[in-house]
Amino acid sequence: MSSAAGLGGGPPAGSPAAAARPGRRFAGVPYFLLLPGLLWLGVFFVVPMLFLLSQSLQTGTLETGYRLTFHFATYTDALSQFSRQFLRSFEYAFLATLLALLIGYPLAYAIALKAGRWKPVLLVMVVAPFFTSFLLRTLAWQTILNSDGLVMRFFRGTHLISLTSALGWTNGNQLLSSPLAVVTGLTYNFLPFMVLPLFASLDRLDPRLLEAAGDLYATPLTAFRRVTLPMSMPGVVAGTLLTFIPAAGDFINSQLLGNPKTAMIGQVIEGYFLRINDYPTAAALSFALMVTILVLVSVYVRRSGTEELV
Amino acid sequence: MRPRRGQDSSNTGPTGVASASGDLVLSSLTKRFGPFTAVDGLDLTIAQGSFFALLGPSGCGKTTTLRMIAGLEQPTVGEIRIGEHEITYDKPYRRPVNTVFQSYALFPHLSVRENVAFGLKRRRSDSVASQVAEVLELTELQGLADRKPAQLSGGQQQRVALARAIVNKPAVLLLDEPLGALDLKLRRQMQVELKRIQTEVGLTFVHVTHDQEEAMTMADTIAVMNAGRIEQLGAPAELYELPATTFAANFLGQSNLIRATVAQRQPDAATVALPDGGLVAVPSGRLPAGIAEVWVGVRPEKISVHEAADRADPAGHTAGRNRIPAAVVTDASFMGVSTQYLVRTPWQQELMVFEQNRGGATIFRPGDRVSLSFATEHTFALDAGQDAEAGIELDEALG
Repeated sequence: MSSAAGLGGGPPAGSPAAAARPGRRFAGVPYFLLLPGLLWLGVFFVVPMLFLLSQSLQTGTLETGYRLTFHFATYTDALSQFSRQFLRSFEYAFLATLLALLIGYPLAYAIALKAGRWKPVLLVMVVAPFFTSFLLRTLAWQTILNSDGLVMRFFRGTHLISLTSALGWTNGNQLLSSPLAVVTGLTYNFLPFMVLPLFASLDRLDPRLLEAAGDLYATPLTAFRRVTLPMSMPGVVAGTLLTFIPAAGDFINSQLLGNPKTAMIGQVIEGYFLRINDYPTAAALSFALMVTILVLVSVYVRRSGTEELV
Repeated sequence: MRPRRGQDSSNTGPTGVASASGDLVLSSLTKRFGPFTAVDGLDLTIAQGSFFALLGPSGCGKTTTLRMIAGLEQPTVGEIRIGEHEITYDKPYRRPVNTVFQSYALFPHLSVRENVAFGLKRRRSDSVASQVAEVLELTELQGLADRKPAQLSGGQQQRVALARAIVNKPAVLLLDEPLGALDLKLRRQMQVELKRIQTEVGLTFVHVTHDQEEAMTMADTIAVMNAGRIEQLGAPAELYELPATTFAANFLGQSNLIRATVAQRQPDAATVALPDGGLVAVPSGRLPAGIAEVWVGVRPEKISVHEAADRADPAGHTAGRNRIPAAVVTDASFMGVSTQYLVRTPWQQELMVFEQNRGGATIFRPGDRVSLSFATEHTFALDAGQDAEAGIELDEALG
């Protein structure tokens, strides 16, 4: 963006001639600095990805070994067999992302703009769950949602449980082992990934812009809609991506908080890799999941138009 | 609901005698932050259509005053009215007031056009596009309408900030050090520009600045503010020629202040005794009544330097001019258009003298014995109860 600044009336700050001299001397430096990252990506991402792709097209068994036979049918078989888990994963991930956004935006807004000297403390509290393991945190939700817990008693007391059961969010007279519990777990576990980018973009917001909006006849609500929200879109996009992507591939929450009818695609992949040892099917599902996420994400980023921002 | 007036009535000029319907009136306006009083009982009437400057050093309360008019601060005591409407406690978005912020506060995610249209859209104004186009033309921004603020230079951003405010045709436009972020040359250029636009649109401009030259160039009326109060109010020339306080004398330009005692008061002029006992004349209208001890003041450019007379007489006055005969040049700087001297008087005070280089006149050197003279009508006197240094360091510190 800044490159276009020189097109205006004023002379650009650094003329090309002045910039060229130091640029030539250190021309190789940017590439040199990229090297560790590229190496890392190559060894730990590109190569495994190729292995995975190749694995998904092989046939054979663990005992007899696998051969690359370009057996594309694995994809169609796996996808038709697990289409339900596939769709469910995206549905749960979408719901969890939406909930995390609804909870995370006010939270990030309050921390960034209203917390004052409590800002650092509140930020630490957002990150604090990371001090324990993902698995433990999810297990904790079993205790929180179990039949003797406060939450359950509240749901029973207010008869909310009948409503959620009627909607199919819970099964019978319990909260655990239900879609509601899985989505709750996903929302909770990925909430910090939503809050932190949102906080970062809201914290950068110049409060004087809101004063200016008020001066230009915008009510506080309009100022939020026309200034705060658009200015925080990069945070919204980053936060929703950081929540949606891992949530779609998650295999812990459904396993610990759900039931067989809430199984997500991550669980299926895990089972095929580690228990059934059908590597091609597992690899095909992994690859399909990745490509689907990639397509969804690029459509989303394109449509939200965040490249225009900042 | 929003008081709007015709352009002709608002173009009545600085005095604004034609109508009082749109005057901005501040009554005993006070703002305290804890124990600190930022603005102290301000009473001010700003005529509709005038270009009014609040001039003062930083911390004098001028920005707080502006923010109270904009509704961004609530007064502790007092009232703000525009014509008949009291707006003291109105929300900022309900006031017929717009601000050009010091930081510009342009919306970075909106184009120039969208920035300028922001206020009109909020008020659901008709013909937004044509009004925006008109203002973009007035501020010479037509070609930049689709740029984002980050793609503009400082001067261009400044004009967008101005366009975004004046497009709403507010009853009062507030400008908070609007040229502070620009370099000197651009600042001078924008001063002329601002004045032109103000004349063209005929809105009331209230301009806050610490730059006395800026205030004098643009404003019809200047209020010199210090420590939350108005020291003096008047047209630029009036303030400059006859400062009412030592602060005004020093903050607006420079002044030589000489300690003196009133010797004799007469109907048209009084005589005062300088430290060496010599008597100089001060017009009665330029000498506050009822005081004996005064600072006698004269602006540096009003003093002429002559070759010294043979005899070392005390100061005196003849033929409408006050004279200080026995003085010594201690410093001389040639500035091109003028020569600036420091001249030591017999009572060991250094006076500042700016002598125009009209050619022909002698340029004196340090050590030369000289005599000084200045017209009686350029001499003024201030109550000696005030600090002679008030307003000096502040002005220098802020450049």
